[in-house]
Amino acid sequence: MCTTCGCSDSGNPRVTNLQTGPTDKTAHSHSYHSHSHGDHDHHHEHGLDTHHDHQQGHETTVHLEQAILEKNDRLAERNREWFLDRNIVALNLVSSPGSGKTTLLERTIHDLKHAIPISVIEGDQETVFDAERIRKAGCPVVQINTGTGCHLEADMLARGMETLQPPSNSLVLIENVGNLVCPALFDLGEQAKVVVFSVTEGEDKPLKYPHMFQHASVMILNKIDLLPHLTFDVKTCLEFAHKVNPKLQVFQLSAITGEGLQHWYDWVTSQIKNSKKQVIR
Amino acid sequence: MHELGITRNIVSIVTEKAGGEPVRRVTIAIGKLSAVLPEAIRFCFDIVSQGTVVEGADLEILEIPGTAECRTCGTHFELEQLYGRCPCGSVDITRLTGEELLVKHMVIA
Repeated sequence: MCTTCGCSDSGNPRVTNLQTGPTDKTAHSHSYHSHSHGDHDHHHEHGLDTHHDHQQGHETTVHLEQAILEKNDRLAERNREWFLDRNIVALNLVSSPGSGKTTLLERTIHDLKHAIPISVIEGDQETVFDAERIRKAGCPVVQINTGTGCHLEADMLARGMETLQPPSNSLVLIENVGNLVCPALFDLGEQAKVVVFSVTEGEDKPLKYPHMFQHASVMILNKIDLLPHLTFDVKTCLEFAHKVNPKLQVFQLSAITGEGLQHWYDWVTSQIKNSKKQVIR
Repeated sequence: MHELGITRNIVSIVTEKAGGEPVRRVTIAIGKLSAVLPEAIRFCFDIVSQGTVVEGADLEILEIPGTAECRTCGTHFELEQLYGRCPCGSVDITRLTGEELLVKHMVIA
């Protein structure tokens, strides 16, 4: 955190453009709030614009009643408008590590890129391994390394978009950091959260991590080709998932064999078709 | 450990509003259904506030219990998790409290 003004840098995220290679290491280049730390030209209003009372000697109580995540939510709303303005469908893919998100993305890019322009934001604490896989799959990709952060935040996505520059009328797939807890709390401005959940993880995950399953619009039950080798009970899993979120739409598929993928593709395509009229830029 | 990011936001809000004055006490509200652990916030608070006007301030955490209203029969009842069942049997509920994440007030000297 910036100790001068108190603004959060969310753990020094790094943005890497896989097309051009350079890493943006500037921790404090937020375009959304105007200050630069080169010359420390601050434009915050640091006045006490809040209601005070309870004078007790030298102490003053300042009433704030401010939502802790207000800043993130405000920036997420700005991202949402940005996407809407360009008719871009942004999907936030969330899961535990190893659920098969990257494999699903590779396959989706391979099968849909000729019909829909696709670009990807890759979120990981460290490495550009996944982003390299996405680049090889054939679409523009920007890596955001969160460092100590366990999730993407709205300001990181905004910076990622500045680098990615996705075209209008396209699909942006955001692969969040593998973690079933934290990403649920941070709105990025996406159109929908898609929780990817594999049959090797145990059917009780929706009850153990209810926030994530409640915030998601879609659940992908991945690796169904492994079901013959496991004791995973699909019916119980779906009951648990719908107990937490009765509206959750579920696609059962295998990103490796391709089984069930068409339903996911149909849904993605329908999101594009249902979004507002085509934008010409 | 999203509590680290949450705590950064708390210290950020308080620092900005304090206008350079030293902060003695910070009161926050955390709903029991918010997936944020008060003890983890306490752990992070001292570390994150170091070097700011918030350093050394007391942190008071008000824990707000989860409550819900049944859309079927109108009963209000306590909720231990994000989802639940009304005593009447319905799962069609509206959560009323328990998801708060607020900086309530601060005391500056």
